[in-house]
Amino acid sequence: MTMRLFVPRDAAARAVGADKVAALLGDEARRQGIEIEIVRTGSRGLFWLEPMVEVETPHGRIAFGPVTPHDVPGLLTGIAVGANHPLCLGRPEEIPFLKRQTRLTFARCGIVDPLSLADWRAHGGGRGLERARSLGAAKTLEEVTKSGLRGRGGAGFPTGIKWKTVADAPADRKYIVCNADEGDSGTFADRMLLEGDPFALIEGMAIAGLAVGATKGYVYIRSEYPDAVRTLERAVRLAEADGLLGAGAGFDMEIRVGAGAYVCGEETAMLESIEGRRGQVRAKPPLPAHKGLFGRPTVINNLISLATVPWILAEGAEAYAAFGMGRSRGTMPIQLAGNVRHGGLFEAAFGVTLGELVDEIGGGTRSGRPVRAVQVGGPLGAYFPRALFDTAFDYEAFAARDGLIGHGGVVVFDDAVDMARQARFAMEFCALESCGKCTPCRIGSTRGVETIDRIIRGEQTTANLELVEDLCQTMKFGSLCALGGFTPYPVMSAIRHFPEDFVRPPVSAAAE
Amino acid sequence: MVSLRWDETEATEIVRRHDGREGPLLPILHDLQAAFGHVPEPAIAFLAQALNITRAEVHGVVSFYHDFRRQPAGRHVLKLCRAEACQSMDSEIFARRVLDRFNLDWGGTTPDGRVTIEPVYCLGLCASAPSAMLDGEPMARLNAASIDEIAREVSR
Repeated sequence: MTMRLFVPRDAAARAVGADKVAALLGDEARRQGIEIEIVRTGSRGLFWLEPMVEVETPHGRIAFGPVTPHDVPGLLTGIAVGANHPLCLGRPEEIPFLKRQTRLTFARCGIVDPLSLADWRAHGGGRGLERARSLGAAKTLEEVTKSGLRGRGGAGFPTGIKWKTVADAPADRKYIVCNADEGDSGTFADRMLLEGDPFALIEGMAIAGLAVGATKGYVYIRSEYPDAVRTLERAVRLAEADGLLGAGAGFDMEIRVGAGAYVCGEETAMLESIEGRRGQVRAKPPLPAHKGLFGRPTVINNLISLATVPWILAEGAEAYAAFGMGRSRGTMPIQLAGNVRHGGLFEAAFGVTLGELVDEIGGGTRSGRPVRAVQVGGPLGAYFPRALFDTAFDYEAFAARDGLIGHGGVVVFDDAVDMARQARFAMEFCALESCGKCTPCRIGSTRGVETIDRIIRGEQTTANLELVEDLCQTMKFGSLCALGGFTPYPVMSAIRHFPEDFVRPPVSAAAE
Repeated sequence: MVSLRWDETEATEIVRRHDGREGPLLPILHDLQAAFGHVPEPAIAFLAQALNITRAEVHGVVSFYHDFRRQPAGRHVLKLCRAEACQSMDSEIFARRVLDRFNLDWGGTTPDGRVTIEPVYCLGLCASAPSAMLDGEPMARLNAASIDEIAREVSR
């Protein structure tokens, strides 16, 4: 009987040798005379175990990992004779990191062949769009509104209200734009979904098009994700050939690749970029929902929001809203990253605390040293000290503590971190990526770097800290978009929660 | 095949491929860079003419985006991630060692044109830091041994 093996093709698995492992498995099987079939899936998102190889058995899949090329010959023999192998992890669903999750958006990721429509359908793909078609536009919109889904890019704006605004705007043409410009450090959910279950996004965009009366969708993917771009391009072609997209379906999709500008993740800068201009932020109003891409009413949603819509339609708004806490309904794909022992994608209902995430699920630092700071929400997110580890993962709970959940990235730092350097980096990154349109961001970030440099050199610490705080106020309230407006979050949280790192001896006195 | 010399016939063909596309400038620039290894100076006036926009507009777009090169890069391009998740795993120390190994600074190309080393802010490999991309291929969990591996790859 043919042995069926699953090896991820996710970029993070390829980055640690998954292609080599897959090739060697093929070679070794031929050498040992074992008949095998290798299916390249997305990743389950347990990145410390990658490359993670799974084998199909009558009792479900069994996982092995992390598999190095060196392990391949023994692994194949071991699997063939059913021996207990040292790399055996048992059933993947039983691995605590995966067992504690609620996978709705990522239900198929790591399980199916991302480019097999048959696999996608066999695992529930297409049911959401089917139900949306039978409900019609108005009822579909109502389902999304009732589900309580909020923008997963970070702003948390209710998706249903955004869709309703576009649905109600009269126009000859309307657009759906998917924001897959996942530039935040510590995040990889969009990338994983694009590489592991691209049809989920295609289905979500088709449902959005149906609900608001749009016939064309754009997906803006950053150029730093070449694997994701390739996978989605192939998926779109397969969907067109299948009739899921195209004239018959009444909805077309086009992929646009970014060009290395972080600010294009801001929705209006993204529209400028798609239209072929510098990625400069537009002043609002008009809202993109009224006057967006090419001047037409446009839904701009984060990839995760759109890819969650099929589940909501298939299972019902109530089923989705049953998860979560407060006004944060459903699940959030949280991404544990940086100096963390068990890094990866953790999709869970809102409400899990930061401490549970970092200490229990993440298992502390990879370096083995104490956790000192955690940055949540990307380069524009606040740094949290251990004292705030009781903060629940929820839009409002993070806002109440001067932070944000953003796109769900959690970057762990051990006690070797220098928080003054991290604050400086936040300003430096803002200066590097500022689109230049508004003064607080363009000039403020550079002045911020200079002032923090003085603090690091121990020059007039108190006066310069006051200056930084004042500058942060100006940036927060005077910037056009979140780049300049949110850079104060990492800077001020570092100063507030780690003041000891900002009190330094003057450089002349230090023995340099 | 990348030819670094400007070829207007080829450029015309690239622009033609995007006929009918709304807002075609970025896709065209990506294709031009893929064909010529950079966006050559004559491309600015050529695109302004072809798309009926000003040269200033084309120049503005080319200079705005980090990806578009005005000069060809080395035969290999190594992008080292410098964002926060990689920083937490000492990516700055790793990057310094790599740069020193090739005697380069950020953005530099070795005198023999073998490799260009550039910073990148996040590759989405944040749970396997530090990470890099060599000629579009992802690399992660980098350590001292990775530097030798990189050196071997770029000497091909």
